[in-house]
Amino acid sequence: MNVTKSNHTFLMQVMDATLGGEALLTCLQCGSCGGSCPSGPDMEHTPRRIFAMIGAGMRDEVLKSNTPWYCVSCYYCTVRCPKEIPITDIMYTLKQMAIEAKLYDDRDAPDFSQSFIGFVENYGRSYEVGLATRFHLTHSPLKKFDYAPFALTMLTKDRLQLRPERIKGIGQLRAILNKAKTMEDM
Amino acid sequence: MRYGYYPGCSLSGLARPYDMSTKAIAEPLGIQLEEVEDWNCCGATEYFAVNKMAAYALVGRNLANAAQQKSFTDLVAPCSACYVNLRKTDHNMGKYPKLAQKVNKALEAGDLSYDPGTLQVRHLIDIIVNDIGYDAIREKVKEPLKGLRIAPYYGCLIVRPELGEPLDDPEYPMSLDLLMEALGAQVVDFPLKAHCCGGHMTQISSDTAYELIRRLLHNAAEYDADAIVTLCPICQLNLDAYQSNINRHFGTDFKIPILFFTQMIGLALGMPPKSLGIGKEFVSAAAMLRKIGTEPELEAAPTGKKQDDKSLPMPGKREG
Ligand code: SF4
Ligand code: SF4
Repeated sequence: MNVTKSNHTFLMQVMDATLGGEALLTCLQCGSCGGSCPSGPDMEHTPRRIFAMIGAGMRDEVLKSNTPWYCVSCYYCTVRCPKEIPITDIMYTLKQMAIEAKLYDDRDAPDFSQSFIGFVENYGRSYEVGLATRFHLTHSPLKKFDYAPFALTMLTKDRLQLRPERIKGIGQLRAILNKAKTMEDM
Repeated sequence: MRYGYYPGCSLSGLARPYDMSTKAIAEPLGIQLEEVEDWNCCGATEYFAVNKMAAYALVGRNLANAAQQKSFTDLVAPCSACYVNLRKTDHNMGKYPKLAQKVNKALEAGDLSYDPGTLQVRHLIDIIVNDIGYDAIREKVKEPLKGLRIAPYYGCLIVRPELGEPLDDPEYPMSLDLLMEALGAQVVDFPLKAHCCGGHMTQISSDTAYELIRRLLHNAAEYDADAIVTLCPICQLNLDAYQSNINRHFGTDFKIPILFFTQMIGLALGMPPKSLGIGKEFVSAAAMLRKIGTEPELEAAPTGKKQDDKSLPMPGKREG
């Protein structure tokens, strides 16, 4: 992994860590991305502005912003961008860089991603109850929404899996993931 | 026709009705589903955000396992997130040989390999409308969904991003509309049909997600839809399980059942609702069923924990 090579400019780092990322150089600043983004109103900077900031080398501001964490992976921007810039994938790159640089302000989203991954790496499957419980217990559950009645309804509707399932090849999967983690991103 | 089947994590949990109804309609439609051996999670929208190479390798293991089975060339995923991750990995491995090399290097650690292009990754709706076809389905309909007003909801990931041959228009898809019409239903105007349901934002920032969901429900309610029909477990969960929260949050009174397209096919084929997992939704579909003359059979409440249940304890209920 290790996306960050300090002898590169921030723009180059972002491009290197994203398949097809070179297209970022051709950004027209047209704003189609921001205009299409369902999370736009809640983002500190629209995707368009984030790309301008990346170009200007504003690494810390970009990695600290909530923008990538509010991306819901809807790919609207990506199909609408006139320059075919892989915007959603760039958002993934920024999340990974922010985690590595420990530069995110909004803790909830990164924690959610990491709890999720914890289950996948331990069981090979994701596990909704465990994920939601762990997440809501560490993040002031009452402020968000009351999880207990929600889980109870799910239970009576027989839509909750009561224990995580572990795949047979969990050892094999971990070996594969560990190997992958030693590699440079692209 | 024989297909590889990648159910994905949601279909053994929250979206169990999707799995039930998919399996129920498979036989009458002449679809044989062979589950991928020991499949693992696809990483949803989370893994790619934390470690891309590991995310590709995670998905790669599924592709490698599926390809080893050799009894099918088309791999079908009913979940849109699984579909996009499987398809993206196969597609990008083919497009960027360097990525394929790296993924295979990682897979080697588990004695596996995958040659991009070996499998054709497809969403369930694709095989139903394109391999089976609207006409064949129309011929099999026993109980047309006459009089039902349906809002067909596609969400994001089956129409976007474009990965190879597009399945439908990225902004104004029609396949689900046509399918519902083939079942005898009336499709209402649903301009937001390919808009986002909020994805994982219901878990992270409810304000962001709730507004997206509210708009979708509002659009469907405005056109008097009896149900919103979806093809993705995340869309179904967000619109169904959070509907009462939305009502509380915005002071609205939406009561729109959210069903899977496979459940609608099953109903039109004359199958009993219960066999399709209908009754497990948060917002009851009973009124919709009555409209097509099917008496809903209510699910009996569970009788408590089974004796041999080794499950983890449930989160305690908070008082006050
Ligand atoms: S849509 Fe594309 S070209 Fe336009 S501002 Fe966004 S990234 Fe740049
Ligand atoms: S993919 Fe992310 S950044 Fe792009 S429009 Fe959707 S939410 Fe916004």
